[in-house]
Amino acid sequence: MIAAAQGQHFIHVTLLMMIVVLPVLIGVPLIAWRYRYGNSSARYTPKWGRSNALELMIWGVPVAVVIVLSLWLAHDTTALDPYRKLQSADKPLTVDVIGYDWKWLFVYPQLHIASVGELVFPEHTALAMRLTSDSVMQSFFIPTLGSQIYAMAAMQTKLHLIADSTGQFLGENTQYDGRDFQHQKFIARATTPQGFRDWIAHVRANGIPLTAKVYSVIRGRNTVPEIRAELKADDMPPDAVFFKDAQPDLYWNVMMSFHGSPSSSRVMVAASNAKARMMALMGMGHRNESDTAGREG
Amino acid sequence: MSLTQFIFGRLGLHSLPFWAMIDHPTLQNIVNGVIATGAASLVVIGAIVTVALITYFGKWRYLWTEWLTSVDHKRIGIMYICIAFAMLARALIEAALMRTQQAFGLGGGFLSPHHFGELFTTHGTIMIFFMAMPFLIGLINIVMPLQVGTRDVSFPVMNSVSLGLTMAGAAIVMISLVVGRFSTGGWSGYPPYTEITFNPGVGPDYWIWAVSLSGIGTMMTGINFAVTIYKRRAPGMTLMRMPLFTWAALCTSILMIFAMPPLTVATLMLACDRYLGFHFFTNAAGGNMMNFANLFWLFGHPEVYILILPAFGVYSEVIPAFSGKVLYGYTSLVLATMAIAILSFIVWLHHFFTMGQSAAVNATFGIATMLIGLPTGVKIYGWMLTMFRGRIRFTVPMVYSLAFMMLFVIGGLSGIILANPSIDYQVHNTLFLVAHFHNMLIPGLLFGMLAGYHFWFPKAFGFRLNERWGMASALCWIFGFMFAFFPLYAAGLLGFPRRTVAYYNPIYVPYFAIAEFGALLVLTALACLVVQFVVSVVQRKENRVPAGDPWNANSLEWSVACPAPDYDFAVLPEVTARDAFRVAKEHGTAYLAPERFTDIEMPRNSPLGFILCVTGSFAAFGLVWHMWWLVALAMLATVGAMIWHGFVRDYEHIIPADEIRRDYMRWLQVVTAADPVARDEELVPHNTGLADVHETLEAAE
Repeated sequence: MIAAAQGQHFIHVTLLMMIVVLPVLIGVPLIAWRYRYGNSSARYTPKWGRSNALELMIWGVPVAVVIVLSLWLAHDTTALDPYRKLQSADKPLTVDVIGYDWKWLFVYPQLHIASVGELVFPEHTALAMRLTSDSVMQSFFIPTLGSQIYAMAAMQTKLHLIADSTGQFLGENTQYDGRDFQHQKFIARATTPQGFRDWIAHVRANGIPLTAKVYSVIRGRNTVPEIRAELKADDMPPDAVFFKDAQPDLYWNVMMSFHGSPSSSRVMVAASNAKARMMALMGMGHRNESDTAGREG
Repeated sequence: MSLTQFIFGRLGLHSLPFWAMIDHPTLQNIVNGVIATGAASLVVIGAIVTVALITYFGKWRYLWTEWLTSVDHKRIGIMYICIAFAMLARALIEAALMRTQQAFGLGGGFLSPHHFGELFTTHGTIMIFFMAMPFLIGLINIVMPLQVGTRDVSFPVMNSVSLGLTMAGAAIVMISLVVGRFSTGGWSGYPPYTEITFNPGVGPDYWIWAVSLSGIGTMMTGINFAVTIYKRRAPGMTLMRMPLFTWAALCTSILMIFAMPPLTVATLMLACDRYLGFHFFTNAAGGNMMNFANLFWLFGHPEVYILILPAFGVYSEVIPAFSGKVLYGYTSLVLATMAIAILSFIVWLHHFFTMGQSAAVNATFGIATMLIGLPTGVKIYGWMLTMFRGRIRFTVPMVYSLAFMMLFVIGGLSGIILANPSIDYQVHNTLFLVAHFHNMLIPGLLFGMLAGYHFWFPKAFGFRLNERWGMASALCWIFGFMFAFFPLYAAGLLGFPRRTVAYYNPIYVPYFAIAEFGALLVLTALACLVVQFVVSVVQRKENRVPAGDPWNANSLEWSVACPAPDYDFAVLPEVTARDAFRVAKEHGTAYLAPERFTDIEMPRNSPLGFILCVTGSFAAFGLVWHMWWLVALAMLATVGAMIWHGFVRDYEHIIPADEIRRDYMRWLQVVTAADPVARDEELVPHNTGLADVHETLEAAE
């Protein structure tokens, strides 16, 4: 839905811009040929360098185009703001997205499950994602669904997406972050509501418990297949690992680990008030975060 | 600390490019080791051959007195452009290597991720800081003082220091090919990736010091040019009589003065993080990388216009000259140039629409970005109307200009698309963005620089460049660019992230195959440029234009001999109108001997620039490798040299009036003996630099 609107906007802008682009693409070769040196029949006015009518046109027409474009821009930027909550019949699904070298961890805080390599969610249900990074800056992106957004350590960004149908989409990081950047892909899988419930049940039954030890593997500088091999998750899909017993506050703990407590190994045993402390911190800071705190509170 | 450690710091055998392949001879290590060692050998062999040739021909003294210590703006400009071409060659080969990697990148390719990371970082860093900047600074240096009718820039020694610092930065980047590895953090060097936690090696340090050195040099250049334009214009040369190229130089200088410091501050803050354990941009302890992003693009966006405006200036000279017409809408174009300069400071946030700020903030910066399209569009239309009812000759600079106008609007279109935050969310960080900014910088900047190179080459060296090879190069550039980058727009729309070494989806293969063809064409263009230079030097006798005005052009730089004398003007010109030289030619007053010659005071040579180049390089090298004794010595020498320079009193020499009269009269004889050539004959050997203005006059009546 969002990607479709973005595509529409792309086409509209391109078409409108043709008003100013086409005269150049057509005019330059035309003028160059018509007034070539060899064409003595063409008029030659070496001193002519000003015309009020033309001045009005070369400033006026682009100004008009830019005014229209600006109105569209303002409208679409607000309408498609990735922070804007999306409406759906079902309750929005909250997913915490944490970037590591070189994979994303998806935590479903209300469901107490988590995954790497695959993001599973029901179609027609708004996805409310909160993002942060445990590493360098990354950019979370599912092109088919819509916007990308940066994920940065110690900070929160937000992204809202919705799938109009079931399907498997490419998900990726677009911000270079080192050796296995090109492997930091995942499958975004939109299922039917029943399919999603089945998946939850499956993960709760067969997932690997997300213990401190397992978490330290995820935190390492590795890719999903490497995690899969290290955790001996042979019964999982080839490019994904699912976890059960995920701490709902994991996301807050990761962010909190950069605020004051330098030992990030304490993420798994961080104080239970990490979320409250983080929100208090964010309330003082950046607008997104205070905004978040307001909405979440 | 052991003695070896004290002396060599972090430097060791493992810093050599072939060490990894000897240590761990895997296939990938061997392939990458061979490429890296080949590149390093080129640098080393190139240096040895250069030194050997200079020694063989006994040219050390000549090099020292005529070039390295010269404070002549034209010579400094030429040296800047030499750096630009050398660095262009390296960065182009790197680009072709990256294109080849991606053409074969399905499932892996041949380059290691680290090697690929170094390539895109050095390619970007070099192209911006050590190709584009030296090129445009070189052109402005050669042309601007002549255009405003003065004999040098306001601070000639500082000019040479700026060159020295830029040279030092370039040297550091070249040394990184031989010892150690460069950063993989991209030309923008975003932390926390470039912080010590994630990149403890020497790479980001190489980047920091190369960029800092050139940044300081460029800021001083900006001050120098701006003061020159404000204070040293010839009598009667009011601001609104200045040629457009000088206007562009002024706007660029203002941008340099205000935009370079944020960059230097950002890189030095990053250095504090890396060397002194600060936390400006770290993840923990209160650091915030968003501050770096803001500082960097506070420089980075004006930088785009620092790069583009001088090229706009070149087009504003080339198009009227080869259309045989006055520039259309001078006032409009001046206003547009100034508007671009000012607007360029209020759009930086569009480089990170996706960083999580509110829709209102994004929309504001998106609209501001579109506003820049207005004056830019006006300029394009202005140049079209300049051609309208002109008499156009399709010379090399003009072909570049025509290709620029058509390709640049396509880049402008993709720029307006990217200015929409809602669309940017889809294409940011993809190859669409890469295609966009190459579409702006290759036709916008590089074509302009190459057009300027052809246009003003006779002014610097006295003879015209070979037209045939120049045309071959231009066509290869134009089509090579189109083949190399138009497919990347498509790959970007398919979601292909930039800086990706390998991919696993075969749909991208055809795009990269076409782009590879384009890259090969661009390499051919570079080869043609080299051939053109050699052929032109060999045939220089036939293409001399001593009378000084080979293109029947408009501004003052064409009113003196080719090459221009050291002191530029025997007598400073009096300006009464815009296009001063054209008006003089039309009134028949262009080649009148002045009544009186006076002695001319010119600045003496100074070794300060070269000394600071050497000490700057050593200080940076020491900092990169933690050789603190070297840093201390180099800094001491730097301060010492500056104090010594402060005591130099005898910094000017006099050129006696008689000598100037003699030179002038000799030149006037050449002019009198020359046959005026009509515009369609300007490419034949017959053209010795005296233009026939009759056809223009007749048409004007």
